[in-house]
Amino acid sequence: MAKAVVRAGLVAVGLAWALIAQVALAAEMKTYVVAGSQAATLDSCVEPTDIMRRKHMEFIQHQRDKTVHGGIRSSKHSLSGCVDCHVRDEPDGEAVPIHQKQEFCGACHAFTAVNLNCFDCHAAVPKGPGAALASKAAYQAVGLEQSPRAVSDGKEH
Amino acid sequence: MTDHHESNTGPAECGPSQPDRRTFMATAAGVTAALVAPGVIMHSVAGPRTEAVTSDVRWGLLVDTAKCADGCSACIEACDRENGLDLQTQPSGAQPTRWENQKSVWIRKVKLQDNQTGRVTNLPLMCQHCEHPPCVDVCPTGASFKRADGIVLVDRHTCIGCRYCMMACPYKARSFVHEVMSNQLTRVPRGKGCVESCTLCVHRRDYGEESTACVDACQAAGHEAIIFGDLKDPESPIRMRLAELASRQIREDLALNTGVRYAGF
Repeated sequence: MAKAVVRAGLVAVGLAWALIAQVALAAEMKTYVVAGSQAATLDSCVEPTDIMRRKHMEFIQHQRDKTVHGGIRSSKHSLSGCVDCHVRDEPDGEAVPIHQKQEFCGACHAFTAVNLNCFDCHAAVPKGPGAALASKAAYQAVGLEQSPRAVSDGKEH
Repeated sequence: MTDHHESNTGPAECGPSQPDRRTFMATAAGVTAALVAPGVIMHSVAGPRTEAVTSDVRWGLLVDTAKCADGCSACIEACDRENGLDLQTQPSGAQPTRWENQKSVWIRKVKLQDNQTGRVTNLPLMCQHCEHPPCVDVCPTGASFKRADGIVLVDRHTCIGCRYCMMACPYKARSFVHEVMSNQLTRVPRGKGCVESCTLCVHRRDYGEESTACVDACQAAGHEAIIFGDLKDPESPIRMRLAELASRQIREDLALNTGVRYAGF
C-alpha cells in the first residue's frame, strides 16, 4: 500500500516537472531574429510572428508574381525587404549573407531541414544602388518613413 | 434610407440644416481631393509602383546607327554594371574563349558591311521586345512572357532552363546562366539554370525612373544614338523621332513588330 502511494507520488512529481518544463520552454521560445539586425529593434514583423512563421513562404510567393508580372514594387511582403531588415552587419560594416547557417533565414531552415533556394538567385545581402530603393519601398509599405539601415548608410558616407 | 429618415424629421429642423450639411460635404470633398490628388499623381510618376502595369504604354528603343560609333562599347559596359553582368566570374578550369562565348550578354555590338558598297554600320543588338515574341510562343512553362507594357521578360521562378526560347529568338538575344552565381545585385536576381535577356531596365520602370542604362551611357559618351520611350504616346521624343527618321525593324520579314527600331541603315 505504502509502496503504491510512493509510486503514485513519484509519477505525480514527474508529471508536474514535465509540465513546468513545457511552460518554461514556451515562455522562452527561441527567436531567430539576430541581434544587430534592424528587425531586433522593431516591435513586430510585417505580420504577427506566428503568422510569419507559418506563412512567410506563401506571402513572398504571391508577392513575387505581382512584382514580376505586374511590376508592383510597393508590397510589404518583399524579399528584399526581408533581407534588408533581418540581415546582420559584422563590426566592420560588412553584411552577413542571410542564408548562412547562423543567420536569420539559414538558422531556422537548417533546424527544420527545409531547403532554402531563394538565395540561389536573390541577393542575400542588400547590394547595389537598387537595394536602398527596394528597402525604402518595403518600409513605406508598413508605414515606417524610411529604412533605418538606409539612413545610417547615408550618414556614414 | 436617408430620405425616409429625413422626411421623419420636422421641416423646421431640416430646412436650415440641409445647406449647412451640403456646404460641409462639398468642403470636405474638396479638402480630401486636394490632399489625396497630389499623392496619387506623385505615386504614378515616381516611387515604387503600386498598381499593375497596363498596356497604355509600350516601351521601346530607337537606335540611330549613323550616330553609333565604331569601337565604342559604352552601352554594353553600362548594361553590365546596371544588371550585374560584370559580377560573373570565369569558373576555374574553363577555357577563356569558351567562357567569352558562354557568359551572359544582354547587348551585342554588331558590325554590318555592305559588300557591294563597303559601307559599314555599327549597332547594338539586344532583346527586341517583340509584340509577337517567338520566345514566348515556344516556352513550355510560361516563364517567358510579355509584360503588359511591352517588355519581354523571363520569370526565373518558372524557367526550367530548357533553352527553347534561345533557339526560337531570331536575334540571339538570350543567354543561359551556366554557373552558380553569388554576389548578385538586389535589383537583378540571377542564378544557375535560367535564361535571361535585356529587361529594358525593368527595375527603373517600376521605380519611376527615366531612361535605361544604355541610353544614359550613350548620351554620356556624346553619341546620343539611342532613344528610349513610350511607343504609344504620340508626343513622346521617341515617336517624334520615329516620325521624321526612316527606321527599320531587324528581320522585318518575320512580322514580329519589334519594340526596338533602327535608323540609318
